[in-house]
Amino acid sequence: MTTTLSPSRPATRPSSLRDIDAYTRRRRRRSQWVRWSLMIAMGIAIAPLALIILQVIVRGWPALGWEFFTQAEPPHRREGGGYLQGIVGTLYMVGIASVLAVPLGIMGAVYLTEYGRGWLPKIVRFFSDVMTGVPSVFVGLFVYTALVQQFRFGTIMGAIGLAIMMLPIIVRSSEEMLRLVPEDQRAASAGLGARKWQTIAKVVLPSAAPGLTTGAMLAVARAAGETAVLLLTALGSLTVVTAFSGVAQSSMSLLIYRGATQPFDPGKERAWAGALVLMGIVFLLTIAARYITARSRR
Amino acid sequence: MTTTTTPPDLDPPRLTASGRQRFADPLFRWLAISAGMSVLVVLGLMIGMTTRDALPVFDYQGFFSFLFSDEWRAGPSRSGFTGEYGAWSFIYGTIVTSAIAVSIALPLAIAVSLYITRVAPKRLRSTLSYTVEMLAAIPSVVYGLWGLLFFAPVFLRPAMEYLESGLSWIPVFGRLFEGPIYTTSYFTAGVVLAIMILPIITAVTREVMAQVPRDQIDAAYGMGATDWEVMRRIIIRSSFPGIVGATMLGLGRALGETMAVAMLVGGSQRWAMSLFFGGDGLAAHIANTFQDASPETITALIGIGVVLFILTVVVNVGARLLVWRIGRVAGDAAL
Repeated sequence: MTTTLSPSRPATRPSSLRDIDAYTRRRRRRSQWVRWSLMIAMGIAIAPLALIILQVIVRGWPALGWEFFTQAEPPHRREGGGYLQGIVGTLYMVGIASVLAVPLGIMGAVYLTEYGRGWLPKIVRFFSDVMTGVPSVFVGLFVYTALVQQFRFGTIMGAIGLAIMMLPIIVRSSEEMLRLVPEDQRAASAGLGARKWQTIAKVVLPSAAPGLTTGAMLAVARAAGETAVLLLTALGSLTVVTAFSGVAQSSMSLLIYRGATQPFDPGKERAWAGALVLMGIVFLLTIAARYITARSRR
Repeated sequence: MTTTTTPPDLDPPRLTASGRQRFADPLFRWLAISAGMSVLVVLGLMIGMTTRDALPVFDYQGFFSFLFSDEWRAGPSRSGFTGEYGAWSFIYGTIVTSAIAVSIALPLAIAVSLYITRVAPKRLRSTLSYTVEMLAAIPSVVYGLWGLLFFAPVFLRPAMEYLESGLSWIPVFGRLFEGPIYTTSYFTAGVVLAIMILPIITAVTREVMAQVPRDQIDAAYGMGATDWEVMRRIIIRSSFPGIVGATMLGLGRALGETMAVAMLVGGSQRWAMSLFFGGDGLAAHIANTFQDASPETITALIGIGVVLFILTVVVNVGARLLVWRIGRVAGDAAL
């Protein structure tokens, strides 16, 4: 790469290094100016985060109380009440989804790191990356066409949808963590006479456990805030639902969606409170995951 | 990291295990392989089953008419078709909102990445990138709520009015900024989408910029280049393919984003050139109308889903190929 920095040599020899011509001074000023504008851009990028957190806390806090966690939502017009059915639904569905997706995802990662040879694992890896970009509403449509049409809306349908969203995240993050386990440990285990499955189950997986946990936590955080999938698989409910399947289920995110898009103020206030709780959960999981990763990398 | 393995039991040395254990290894291997394949199976099932269910509406309307007709009239029938299903309004809405999002987010992401990698004090760097990435952790529905009840009426409405009064007189180009202004519009959805895709574009761009060889940068400084010249001629130039890949990743997200767009784009079934018109997008229309849809309309919505899937997968495959070519970029799986 050839780069000409100065169009011509100055006519007279400079007296010192500090003696710079007008062109150089202009370049330097422009560079200064760019540094300042980059700083402003950084500010613009951070501003929305601050605005969102501030608004959610300011508007959500007043509606948040004991009631919020112990009562189902009344009609949007009415004050008071809470998001109990949403809290139950979210915990229920995210719980089942984790049970489905975490073991499957980790085993998938084990395949990629321990068994994968040739071109097939490359394909799997590539398509799990592509799968993280599949729109959530499409996942919902898929579960709807494949299962809901026969078995009706319900908890398990929502959970399956969430599990599909979580799967590629867990596969890819677990794979990265399994790669960090030193090859020596595997060799040592094999040298002691362990079978391959014993090596994986008793040496590799425990050694990567903190990393695997963080991947699972990020996936759970993603699933907890997911809405579009649930719109098409869980549908929503006005009361607390404990049925495993066959009865439409609610979630925090669905209640926030409904609360935000209806005209009455009490419902909107509850939606802000719901957003505060949901963001609290998601941020807690994300920051904890980051913290664990940072600590285990050291 | 400490790992304990159970010490091998020394007496009696048993090198031969019981017959049943012979099957443990193949079984485990088989489990792992099927788990790995599950990703491919799910992806295959997704496209297969939805396409199968959407075929009737493509048959009824004709595939090209489904894509390019802008007449969408949902019919009430439980069997067979009675409505008109042309999804162009939604395709247009998706393209316009994503275009707005990318054209705002891309320059900002490049600037932020440059700031983080070249300008910011060293000890602030990781904090700043974490902060930007936290934007990706916020659930889509919270963006929708915040946009609908705060950001759009307080910030974007005045911004749209300002743009309208300043730009709508320009011949041709001004049609994009014509009134009437809707508070929930393509523009509103696009700006919020820009905030949502900023972290993923920034994460990949920043990582690519950090990989620019130290020698090149030092050589440029050694020749007397200023900070800006190094950024422009060395860093941006040599991380260009990565930036393109990052942009496509962001574009894929923007095309598929559902809830925030559904809440902010307006929700009508028509389209207009003006960015301030309230239309609807592909994903958003599914979310907005699914619950009130009759069986024939649900089939049409599945058709929209298939179009959306093809669009996002093509963009994502392109993006991944680009990002993969420049080496493994870690940590964007969860973004």
